[in-house]
Amino acid sequence: MDCDKCGKPAKVHLTQLVAGQVKKIALCNECAKDSGVTDPTGFALADMLLGPNSPASAPLAPRPASSGRRCPECGFTLEDLQRVRRFGCGACYDTFRAEVDQMIRGMHKGSDHRGKVPDGLYELQQRRQRLEELRDKLESAIGAENYEAAASLRDEIRELEIEAADAGSSR
Amino acid sequence: MMRFSTLVKHPADWMTGGSADNSIVLTSRIRLARNLSHFAFPGWAKKEQRKEVMALLQPAVEGLACMKDGFSKELEALDSVSKQVMVERHLISREHAARSQGSAAVIERRQSVAIMINEEDHLRMQSIRPGLDLQEAYRLISELDDELANEVEYAFDARLGYLTTCPTNLGTGMRASAMLHLPGLVISDQIGQVLQAVNKIGLAVRGIFGEGSESLGHLFQISNQSTLGESEEEILERLGRVIGQVEKNERYAREKLMEDDPDMVQDKVGRAYGLLRHAWLIPSKEALEHVSMLRLGADLGCFPEGTTPMCDELLMDIQPAHLQLHSGRKLSPEERDAIRAEIIRSRLQTLEAPDNCKLADQNNGDNLPPDLGIL
Repeated sequence: MDCDKCGKPAKVHLTQLVAGQVKKIALCNECAKDSGVTDPTGFALADMLLGPNSPASAPLAPRPASSGRRCPECGFTLEDLQRVRRFGCGACYDTFRAEVDQMIRGMHKGSDHRGKVPDGLYELQQRRQRLEELRDKLESAIGAENYEAAASLRDEIRELEIEAADAGSSR
Repeated sequence: MMRFSTLVKHPADWMTGGSADNSIVLTSRIRLARNLSHFAFPGWAKKEQRKEVMALLQPAVEGLACMKDGFSKELEALDSVSKQVMVERHLISREHAARSQGSAAVIERRQSVAIMINEEDHLRMQSIRPGLDLQEAYRLISELDDELANEVEYAFDARLGYLTTCPTNLGTGMRASAMLHLPGLVISDQIGQVLQAVNKIGLAVRGIFGEGSESLGHLFQISNQSTLGESEEEILERLGRVIGQVEKNERYAREKLMEDDPDMVQDKVGRAYGLLRHAWLIPSKEALEHVSMLRLGADLGCFPEGTTPMCDELLMDIQPAHLQLHSGRKLSPEERDAIRAEIIRSRLQTLEAPDNCKLADQNNGDNLPPDLGIL
């Protein structure tokens, strides 16, 4: 039997039950080592190979021509994502939001985080988002010469900015 | 900082049970995956970027209160046997052991908390407890997580939770698992059924030793697969409930075996004892099998107290890297079999031949098999 990844003679045979179905994967020593399949603590590979969108259940597609889409923060491309099914940095999750949604469909119990939130970070992000919205509104209010609305928006922004500065210094 | 030899000199509490009941559930483990905002994940980062992240994280992790007088080393500075010993002790992953520059391991002195820097994610933090104690393991690691969150900015998204290299870890970034010893279910041929039931509800099961569904030493690991869409508490509650059910099933299977065919059980335990006492060359697979039977015998009252922790220590000490650490040199497979047999014989030297197995009524007379359907 040949390695499912590179075609060399397979040495490692992985059998796992996934949702009642037996899935089998054959790997050569190098690919097995690379992907950590022999590691009792490494779940990632089995998850990757045996997950609902696994490359093992679909024939390996030829690499598509470059889409030109690239994460502005780390340079990771859509093609990289399709190849390794992993991400380059946190910002990639924004860059490839649509692909993320597709990838995680059926992977987890749900699609929205319901667990722990890092101390202070959530408030920080909520505030940032709210500020952006208000600034957009302010711009359009000024554009529409609606100065009364603009003035109250400006006050609201100032208030939020002060709050943000306070929270920042206590962190 | 602690030296490697000091770190691994003694087995950790969680390896030998400590004061917890670990006759079926040996250990509970929680692992959290975390990344820094604005830094490329380790697999995509250039070497310089990885070093930058490590320069930021290593002091932060070493500064955690629990890491005082702990062990902290760049993987580059460790030889392959030391790394392999840490893998066999579940302190670092096999992938992590394969790394060198720009990666580090920081380990609490009693080995109950281990943090990998620049593994697949910037941070992989784990805590291990003896017995079935997922909640406490989570509480411990979550506290450290909070401490670190005040030092560094985590990559986090309001909808996707903690952002991880692999989308299978999104959300809580939490993998909770327990290691179970299930000889009763294996011998009575019910293991397939139980594992399938566990699998059906979305939990992962795997053998600890050996690959795929083959499991040496009757040791299995059950863990959550889904990390997104549920809170940590919900995941732990469900996983803990299922593990408790499997534990009860194993307990019942042991009782039933003793009731239906005590000679067969006695024979297995006795043979394992005889073989381990007198073998001079023993491959790992065979050793695991028989140590498992000895461990079962200990639970069935054939051996004096203290036999279970001795078995647990053996399970660790007879693995390849531990044998090489023990003898201080590289060993051929044949040499390993000889040294493995020698270690086992010396540990069993004072252990008397098994008494008649007698099962203490640990189920409090509740002899109905737990219903697998509710798993």
